Amino acid sequence: METTIAGKNIAVNDEGYLTDLNQWSREVAEAIAQEEGIQLTDDHMPVIEYLQEQYKNEVPLSIRKVGKSGVVDIKGFYALFPGGPLKKASRIAGIPKPASCI
Amino acid sequence: MEAEAKTMTETPKKDAKVKKMMLILSKATIDNVYAAFILANGARMEGIEAEIFFTFFGLEAVQKKKLEHLHVATVGNPAMHIPTLLGGLPGMEAFATNMMKKEMEKLDIPPVGEFIEILEASGCKLWACKLAVDMFHLKREDLVDEISDVITVGDFYTRAEGENTHLLFI
Repeated sequence: METTIAGKNIAVNDEGYLTDLNQWSREVAEAIAQEEGIQLTDDHMPVIEYLQEQYKNEVPLSIRKVGKSGVVDIKGFYALFPGGPLKKASRIAGIPKPASCI
Repeated sequence: MEAEAKTMTETPKKDAKVKKMMLILSKATIDNVYAAFILANGARMEGIEAEIFFTFFGLEAVQKKKLEHLHVATVGNPAMHIPTLLGGLPGMEAFATNMMKKEMEKLDIPPVGEFIEILEASGCKLWACKLAVDMFHLKREDLVDEISDVITVGDFYTRAEGENTHLLFI
């Protein structure tokens, strides 16, 4: 389905995750972040870029992997995206919801 | 069938959402320890508060000297699908445990020590049961630093207060 995010028509699934990463932009990310109760800052961006990179390389994501990425540690990840970091960060990054239990 | 599947995936009403998971770990077999850890970590990943109360043999999972030496039970465990006599042979538990650890590493499941660090970093609270600590003659320094404190059952129940808290005994 389509919805309007940051004044643009964006394709999303029923959980609000982008279905086409090409439609992603910083403005879209900021609007989704706001919905998630997060004020996007420059500190968030390296994490978002890392997640997008992993997705493009088809690497399954987990909290553990993010913690070992060298981009952010686990404590920092939870602090940047409180209340479900992997889910929220993925949604803001415009990639699918990770099906990870770890 | 289709209607049933729909109910399963439907998002529950906001006020019915799980807010806090209070897990009690009483066993030291590796499968039970991982069950507790994965449930607690999974809760934190969903924005749900999580706490683990380590009691009785569960304390082995947070003892510095023991946590990397936990085993899966090869005797009295029908899920192993090997004859009980065979499961009792020397080295059998270590062998089965190593096999399991290899499979878990493939799935990106961290070893026990690293998992405890992840839980602490995620904001999960870890408590040691006072009665069990006394019973096994343990000292605070025998336990990993990530343990917040040694507390009583009553303290743990007090921490469970509030709506939509769930308690789970493993």
